[in-house]
Amino acid sequence: MALDAEEPDRRDFLVLAAGAFAAVGGAMTLWPFIQQMNPDAGAQALASIEVELSPVKEGQAITVLWRGKPVFIRHRTPEEIKAATAVPMDALVDPLARNDALPEDTPATDLNRTKDGHENWIIMVGICTHLGCIPKGQSMGDSKGDFGGWFCPCHGSHYDTAGRIRKGPAPRNLEVPVYNFVSDTKIKIG
Amino acid sequence: MSGHESTYEPTTAFGKWLDARLPIVRMVHAQAVDFPTPRNLNYWWTFGGILSFCLVAQIVTGIVLAMHYQPSAELAFDSVERIRRDVNFGWLLRNLHAVGASMFFLAAYIHIFRGLYYGSYKAPREVLWIIGVLIFLAMMATAFMGYSLPWGQMSLWGVTVITNLFSSLDSIWKGLGTTIVEWLWGGYSVSGVTLNRFYALHYLLPFVLAGLVGLHIWALHVVGQNSPTGLDIKTKSDSVPFTPYATSKDAVGMFAFLLLFCWFAFFLPDYLGHADNYIPANPLVTPPHIVPEWYFLPFYAILRAIPSKLGGVIAMFGAIAVLFFVPWLDTSKVRSTKYRPLYRWFFWLFAFSCLALGWLGSKPAEAEYVFWARVFTFYYFAHFLIVMPLVGWFETPLKVPGSITEAVLGKDKGAKLAPAKS
Ligand code: HEM
Ligand code: FES
Repeated sequence: MALDAEEPDRRDFLVLAAGAFAAVGGAMTLWPFIQQMNPDAGAQALASIEVELSPVKEGQAITVLWRGKPVFIRHRTPEEIKAATAVPMDALVDPLARNDALPEDTPATDLNRTKDGHENWIIMVGICTHLGCIPKGQSMGDSKGDFGGWFCPCHGSHYDTAGRIRKGPAPRNLEVPVYNFVSDTKIKIG
Repeated sequence: MSGHESTYEPTTAFGKWLDARLPIVRMVHAQAVDFPTPRNLNYWWTFGGILSFCLVAQIVTGIVLAMHYQPSAELAFDSVERIRRDVNFGWLLRNLHAVGASMFFLAAYIHIFRGLYYGSYKAPREVLWIIGVLIFLAMMATAFMGYSLPWGQMSLWGVTVITNLFSSLDSIWKGLGTTIVEWLWGGYSVSGVTLNRFYALHYLLPFVLAGLVGLHIWALHVVGQNSPTGLDIKTKSDSVPFTPYATSKDAVGMFAFLLLFCWFAFFLPDYLGHADNYIPANPLVTPPHIVPEWYFLPFYAILRAIPSKLGGVIAMFGAIAVLFFVPWLDTSKVRSTKYRPLYRWFFWLFAFSCLALGWLGSKPAEAEYVFWARVFTFYYFAHFLIVMPLVGWFETPLKVPGSITEAVLGKDKGAKLAPAKS
């Protein structure tokens, strides 16, 4: 060791360099062990599906599986649409549209959560934004909650007919995935 | 370890040969035979041994179950049914493992409350206590992943709800929670991929647990056992050797515990579980009422008591994290609640709150249940953060006996045997 402790010497340099080398090497070795747990390309590739809508009559709903997640498709009645459009913006818990096809700050109007000219269809990922249960409301006999849309029984979240959170612990409106009408009665999700 | 002498003297030639090379027999003898234990230990002290038994039992039954279990979304449910119906004695092994998890937690909760009552977390046992809390955490992680393995409806949806807790981090830093959750899942939802990794970790964690238990016992044998009076061993007459005294008392406690264990395993194997877990997992239907296993219910009630998602998650983890700080939150000079007339009331109020939270956690999250869950959640935290520091400050404790011997034999006789306080 150098006698003058102030002055960094060769040994200090070697210790620092070796330490840095070990740290970087350790981090690089760790990376594959962490990354292996992430969804692989195969899971990412199950990206899009097409759904035929003509069998779904007004007032009915179907659930399809997309990327392992349930997607709610409801053919809304005029009353349900009216109920959704009549809601004043300041009555909403989450004011954002949560529509993956639109910019993030888009307000959660009914129109922004559906497609122009196809307002009778509401299409959303059917996963409660609280802790991931699947809300009730797709089948005839289901409880649809206080706002006539969906009700998550896990911890009591109520969604309206546009899938917006109105009451309960869920923080966000149900997510609207990217989808397109490929014809008047057929959509492509993803 | 603690400065008592080992009375071990190897007698055989092999014994002497080994003792000079690896004094393992000497160590076991010192720690499991000669180790001085307080002469006044009661039956609440037998749960440490019972817990060690539980861990070994889970590992042994688990390893044989693993010989028949299939960790895939398609096969898991059927393989567990096969274990229950076809595998020779599979019904027994499976019942022992599933009931064993509940018994493990029962014993752990008794053990923890014992520590809280007698002030076993106070100096010099802080590290011992902290390792205990780590064991509790590892147990919870192990049991949570184990419960996913039969891949019934509760398995799937329990995992979904609990892993989604991390998505609350999205409100701190956008995308952080989602990234973590998808990393845990290995996909965009809970799937067979998730099951497979949980199985790997369920196999691993009990061995981590065994390591932690080793440290726990090591720390115990350095500082010595606490006792119902909260006094440490000061003189030889305060203590008796571990074997045969503690060993035989532990054996009595263990047999009583095993009676309960066997009663459940043989007569009520499914009483502690949820019937919905005998419905195969279905990613399209959520059961109407998701409840975790009974041992998680108090924490589940705390999660649901807080009206904000992130807040609920913080409160739930906080309820466990606060245990780490107990040695410093309790300001009392006296260890044992036996000599704390005021604190005693608060202790039982706390125990009642935990039971109440457990009951509320099993109820749907509706108006009055949520109200009471909030009340008891408030007390849960107030007990640690307000009562422990303040009562320790204000309370005048009862007179604590001069020594363990004095507490057991009375002042005169005790004074004769244990002349002066050391
Ligand atoms: C700390 C120790 C352990 C605890 C608390 C624990 C807990 C659990 C729980 C709660 C279950 C679900 C039981 C049910 O409802 O069906 C389970 C299942 C299972 N565990 Fe463990 N376990 C432990 C150790 C182990 C070990 C060491 C292994 C294997 C090496 C293992 C292998 C299994 C297997 C294969 C299953 C699936 C079969 C079944 O569900 O009955 N476990 N465990
Ligand atoms: S998961 Fe829907 S309310 Fe909690």
